[in-house]
Amino acid sequence: MHTTDICVIGAGPVGLFSVFEAGLLKMRCHLIDVLPQAGGQLSEIYPQKPIYDIPGYPEVKAQELIDNLMKQAAPFNPGFTLGERVEKITGDTAEGFTVVTNEGTAVSCKVIVIAGGLGCFEPRKPVIERLADFEGKGVSYIVKDPELFRDKEIILAGGGDSALDWTILLSGIAAKVTLVHRGETFRGAPDSAEKVFQLATNGRINLVLKSNISRIEGNGHLKEVHITDEKNEVNIISADYLVPLFGLSPKLGPIADWGLQIEKSAITVQTTDYSTNIPGIYAIGDINTYPGKLKLILCGFHEAAMMAQSAFRYVYPDQRLSFKYTTVNGIHSF
Amino acid sequence: MLVSITIEDRNGQRQQIEVPDDMNLSLMEAMKAYEYNILATCGGMALCATCHVQVLEGKDQLSALSDAELDMLDTLPDAAANSRLACQLRIDKSLENAVFRICGQEHE
Ligand SMILES: Cc1cc2nc3c(=O)[nH]c(=O)nc-3n(C[C@H](O)[C@H](O)[C@H](O)COP(=O)(O)OP(=O)(O)OC[C@H]3O[C@@H](n4cnc5c(N)ncnc54)[C@H](O)[C@@H]3O)c2cc1C
Ligand code: FES
Repeated sequence: MHTTDICVIGAGPVGLFSVFEAGLLKMRCHLIDVLPQAGGQLSEIYPQKPIYDIPGYPEVKAQELIDNLMKQAAPFNPGFTLGERVEKITGDTAEGFTVVTNEGTAVSCKVIVIAGGLGCFEPRKPVIERLADFEGKGVSYIVKDPELFRDKEIILAGGGDSALDWTILLSGIAAKVTLVHRGETFRGAPDSAEKVFQLATNGRINLVLKSNISRIEGNGHLKEVHITDEKNEVNIISADYLVPLFGLSPKLGPIADWGLQIEKSAITVQTTDYSTNIPGIYAIGDINTYPGKLKLILCGFHEAAMMAQSAFRYVYPDQRLSFKYTTVNGIHSF
Repeated sequence: MLVSITIEDRNGQRQQIEVPDDMNLSLMEAMKAYEYNILATCGGMALCATCHVQVLEGKDQLSALSDAELDMLDTLPDAAANSRLACQLRIDKSLENAVFRICGQEHE
């Protein structure tokens, strides 16, 4: 069990900046994100796009802003649990809260800050009958450990960069790699597309174009995959694993079930401190809503500062909080 | 001028909408204005594919797909030959009488 002052759900820009604001007030943070990397929408959707409305930066690339936020938070030594989704929060104001992920990681804390943005980024799943029955039994949507596929027969589906990249990498590990793609050309990185066609020509992978996966079969574990081509002809291929790689899409997910007041997929908050209807739980950034809300990074940063002041008073009601500028005081790391 | 477009929602219900062609709107923005349930996370930058539509009628009149749009459509499990990103279609005469079906998941 991790123990901390504040558990931050979501490691997007706003969650990351709240570590700094809390740190200035000597409160420790642990962040949890379902994505394998910090950065939220910036790292997941538009890492290479320039942003123009961050004060002091006439222009900054999204990933660069995240890298800098990580640097800014580093002196306060936040804990990270990445690649896990927060499923449950329990406890209350008096005894403190426990935050639990889908992998069973638990964080005990005094305050919860939900900086969940648009919600969890979840894999886009193709519509295939009984797909869910085989999840964890041959079907997965990410490649966590390529070694799992050593000497196995694996089918990848998709036409984006990750489908290309994993096809290339796994061609050297798995016994047999099949890539199924609905189109006949790849517009991912030209270099990777070229490599995939080369591997197919050399017989190192099985490339199935203009086709879709139509059915999967197995008995407790995936056994075979039915692939339908544009003439509606079906080709059955044996497989130990199927990995559909169609990118990620945000969904509000478990946040909806935590007893918070929700309006149109966003958590309603007080604008004095961005607290929710549950004392000790705050919501900042894109996930919250109030009259006049703007879904901007800048606004999320402001909300993080206001939240931290309130969280301090909430955790230490007996201590006096005197406001200080970092220019006067510097940053005292821990 | 008003352009008349038919939208089919996820339940198969069709509605004709009238959209001005002089406001430089995209089909995604027009659908949002009519309160259709589409996420459009990236605000129209062809980066999220959450504004996926299929063109049921009028496909051949539409503007050509850009590489960015094709790239994004490639990442969708349910993209078909008539798939487009609504944010990449400008409202102009080419959309007159076209019929679009909203695809992808509904969001809460
Ligand atoms: C293409 C694009 C361009 C943009 N351009 C700008 C711009 O120029 N300027 C600007 O100010 N804003 C811009 N934005 C908006 C900006 O990205 C958002 O306002 C910002 O990302 C919000 O930050 P956040 O930290 O609140 O949420 P997010 O960045 O969405 O991060 C939330 C994180 O929480 C995680 N999460 C959610 N639920 C759970 C859970 N249950 N368990 C674990 N993790 C969870 C998610 O995985 C995600 O990583 C743009 C957005 C897009 C898509
Ligand atoms: S709104 Fe994101 S791709 Fe169209």
